[in-house]
Amino acid sequence: MPRNIIDVTDLTVEEIDQLISTAEDILANPAKYQDACAHKQLATLFFEPSTRTRLSFESAMLALGGSVLGFSEASSSSTSKGETVGDTVHTVSCYADIIAMRHPKEGAPFAAAQFSEVPIINAGDGGHNHPTQTLTDLLTIHREKGRLDGFTIGFCGDLKFGRTVHSLVNALSRYENVKFVLISPAELKLPRYVKEEALKKRGISYKQTESLEAVMPDLDILYMTRVQRERFFNEEDYLRLKDSYILTPEKLETAKADLSILHPLPRVNEISVAVDKDPRAAYWKQVKNGKFIRMALILKLLDIHV
Amino acid sequence: MNIDSIQNGVVLDHIQAGKSMDIYKYLHLDQLDCSVAIIKNVRSGRMGKKDIIKIDSPMDVDVDVLGYIDDKITVNIIRDGVRTEKRRLQPPKKLVNIIRCKNPRCITVAEPQLDAIFLLSDPERHVYRCAYCDTAKGKKKGV
Repeated sequence: MPRNIIDVTDLTVEEIDQLISTAEDILANPAKYQDACAHKQLATLFFEPSTRTRLSFESAMLALGGSVLGFSEASSSSTSKGETVGDTVHTVSCYADIIAMRHPKEGAPFAAAQFSEVPIINAGDGGHNHPTQTLTDLLTIHREKGRLDGFTIGFCGDLKFGRTVHSLVNALSRYENVKFVLISPAELKLPRYVKEEALKKRGISYKQTESLEAVMPDLDILYMTRVQRERFFNEEDYLRLKDSYILTPEKLETAKADLSILHPLPRVNEISVAVDKDPRAAYWKQVKNGKFIRMALILKLLDIHV
Repeated sequence: MNIDSIQNGVVLDHIQAGKSMDIYKYLHLDQLDCSVAIIKNVRSGRMGKKDIIKIDSPMDVDVDVLGYIDDKITVNIIRDGVRTEKRRLQPPKKLVNIIRCKNPRCITVAEPQLDAIFLLSDPERHVYRCAYCDTAKGKKKGV
């Protein structure tokens, strides 16, 4: 059975630490890894649009000396003819050594893994999970703070459909002394199952609030998210909630000097462009980190040691 | 009211009063050719009232289905008129194709040919979660 990464908890804390260590080594010595995946092929199956995730996977594989095939929208695959996820993945696993897959339906990568002969990486499944974004977030936090424990992190915006939030809460709940502050409108609260499985079961306390300003001074990390139009069945609900939180330089006046601001991107207007110049903005570094942690993950799943 | 004892078969006892027809449907007992007695509202010292089902033929009972519906049910195996085995049930750790996910965003709704897999996430509260999308399904209260 190939090793799959469907949920970030498919990796142990030790494995995550090892991936971060490998990513740091790749950042320091890129030439050492440039032929590590020679003659290996990555298939990127994106049934839903993506810029960063797909390109960072492709860039990661190319930087490892491998090659890439795949599609970037469902309409250019046989899905448009009614082919099931299982059949598509079974076919592609005959041509590629590893598959990164994004799909709008929750659980599609778990379904795909039942039919694949090669490792499957979940590159986002609807509003459910996004484990490689989480690995990117963890590498970024580690690079910014020098550790993955002992801080207060605020998640702000759409915590209901924000798959990156669900995965990161899950991942950070396994580290010591992390305090969680959940900032969202009532309609977009973190799903109960995430709170129960990741926080309550582990005896981790958390704070829920609708006011970003009220908790800003407490935060070491602020994880902003976009209210995602594509997750709403009802356009009215989206329009009512889309501008719930907009981060501006004024709102950051009460924040700590060493705050780190993360965002999985893309953003619409929830972080004002003026914040980009603030040294506490770490989201563009986060984009860059995504390539290196995915390189580390591809090496691990292909069992390639450099 | 008297129901004759069975010689070879299965007696499902301690069924919550009123739930015997759910069990009848879930175990597909309507497809059996043998005698099946459904006894409702029997007096019970422990439960007040209970239902009992007697199946007058040996059969493999799907204990996963029963354990999911009600793990308080006892399964008695009868051979030559004598109870030879009394099974107590546990909520199964995994359910395959017993219940379906209702989350419209779940891949199993879009592709119903996939096995519907649920995993027991909270044994105390009898909560199962879809293995695909994590949507919770509580204890079965009826068909």
